[in-house]
Amino acid sequence: MATAAAHQTVSTQTYGAQGAAGDTAAYESAFDAAVAADERIEPRDWMPDAYRATLVRQIAQHAHSEIIGMQPEANWITRAPSLRRKAILMAKVQDEAGHGLYLYSAAETLGTGRDELLDKLHSGRQKYSSIFNYPTLTWADVGAIGWLVDGAAITNQVPLCRCSYGPYARAMVRICKEESFHQRQGYELLLALSKGTPEQHAMAQDAVDRWWWPSLMMFGPPDDESAHSAQSMAWKIKRHSNDELRQRFVDICVPQAESLGLTLPDPDLRWDEERGHHDFGPIDWTEFREVLKGNGPCNEQRITQRRRAHEEGAWVREAAAAYAAKHTGETGATRA
Amino acid sequence: MTAPETTAAPTPSPAPTAAALALGDDALVLSHRLGEWAGHAPVLEEEVALANIALDLLGQARLLLSMAGDEDDLAYLREERAFRNLQLVEQENGDFAHTIVRQLYFSTYQHLLYAELAAGAGPFAPLAAKAVKEVAYHRDHAEQWTLRLGDGTEESHERTRRACEALWRFTGEMFQPVEGVDVDWKGMEAAWLTSVGEVLRRATLTVPEGPRTGAWAAGAGRQGLHTESFGRMLAEMQHLHRSHPGASW
Repeated sequence: MATAAAHQTVSTQTYGAQGAAGDTAAYESAFDAAVAADERIEPRDWMPDAYRATLVRQIAQHAHSEIIGMQPEANWITRAPSLRRKAILMAKVQDEAGHGLYLYSAAETLGTGRDELLDKLHSGRQKYSSIFNYPTLTWADVGAIGWLVDGAAITNQVPLCRCSYGPYARAMVRICKEESFHQRQGYELLLALSKGTPEQHAMAQDAVDRWWWPSLMMFGPPDDESAHSAQSMAWKIKRHSNDELRQRFVDICVPQAESLGLTLPDPDLRWDEERGHHDFGPIDWTEFREVLKGNGPCNEQRITQRRRAHEEGAWVREAAAAYAAKHTGETGATRA
Repeated sequence: MTAPETTAAPTPSPAPTAAALALGDDALVLSHRLGEWAGHAPVLEEEVALANIALDLLGQARLLLSMAGDEDDLAYLREERAFRNLQLVEQENGDFAHTIVRQLYFSTYQHLLYAELAAGAGPFAPLAAKAVKEVAYHRDHAEQWTLRLGDGTEESHERTRRACEALWRFTGEMFQPVEGVDVDWKGMEAAWLTSVGEVLRRATLTVPEGPRTGAWAAGAGRQGLHTESFGRMLAEMQHLHRSHPGASW
């Protein structure tokens, strides 16, 4: 529901005189004006093809990450050490499926379908967050994922609540609320371990040691190597650079780690008075690229499980479709 | 319905404790089985639905076990022979049809049971009053899927038929009276047979003809006699908790 006159005109023109080549320049300038005025682009508005394609790619990847991201945590549902923790974890994994559904819906407003997107995930043509290619080896990993992985996701995603594409921005508002809750629960889980027995404390420290660097990689490559960044920022899909967000995350985590009584595995980490930020050590970008290429510890396992769930569920989806086809239109008539 | 009864302090007498364990174990064990589906469901909507049902059941289990003692001690430190759940709920998930038929059989029973408990004045009335609404949803979910699968494709019909047969022998146990649960067991069994029969008929399936209880193992979960896969389920569920005696989580 953009308000600028130029923007509304574009919507009208799109449906009025679609295809008139001479209008493209007018649409483009109206689109640019709407973005510059911080207005929301809505599904029926004209948008550049590349803007649409970038959003489909980003939203789909985000949706896929929610779905694949269920796996490392679901790995611990059946072994959660107390009923309270088990309930929290089940609720969280359920939320993630729900987030995936919101995001697929947002992607569908751009003219793609969920089936098509899932197909691209299963065939490796679309990606998901590299972080979910790491294994959850102990119960403490569930806490580290909540604190660090969800924390990094929130740092990335809160600015997306102001993203120029309306359906994505609105999905992010809902998702960020739930993610913040998960993040606090993860922190609280780690705190309980850190203040527990020596074995529990060691378990928590080990998990943080393994998840810290992969979490920093969640912000993507450094600014000078980030292919899509400049255009995404110009379109106001993205509001901050990868390195800015990564720095913000490090600055948030350092005091939290202290209050958890845990250390972060970086000997170069120290406060820089001049910059007003924490300096931190170099990220292993070779590892990052290998994981992105499919050579991380769990890439094969994650995608295989997802494909298997989909393939083994095919007969269920076929049954639902066959039943719907047989019974279409009779609900109103036969309902007692 | 008399004032002294409803205002009495909730000191659990031995019978409600045994009953709380039976009903609590049913919810705990079925919740665990449904939790195994996370990340494996046939459609995303079912990831949400199955987790949702699992969570409801886990909530019920926590309340019920807390009536009998410490919920975590009871869940994590009892041996297989001390669990009082029905054998039906410990059955492995199998395919989606198997899970759905298990849900149909159990949620129909649980809905009838909780509706009756909620209407009464016993120690389970407050809990049942809340849970009966959740369970009504579970029952609806199971019925809708039974219809879709039974009356869907040839394959889904066949899978569902097989599941109905395979699980049928565990259904008699549900109506063996539980000490301390004051309901009309015979009436409930009749209502269950009518309801499940009607759903199966609408799903173009037939009510299995085999026995509903068996010799030896079939139908003795309430006495702590379980089926073989239950021990492995407990091993997985209890391993971490038992590895850190006395720890808090």
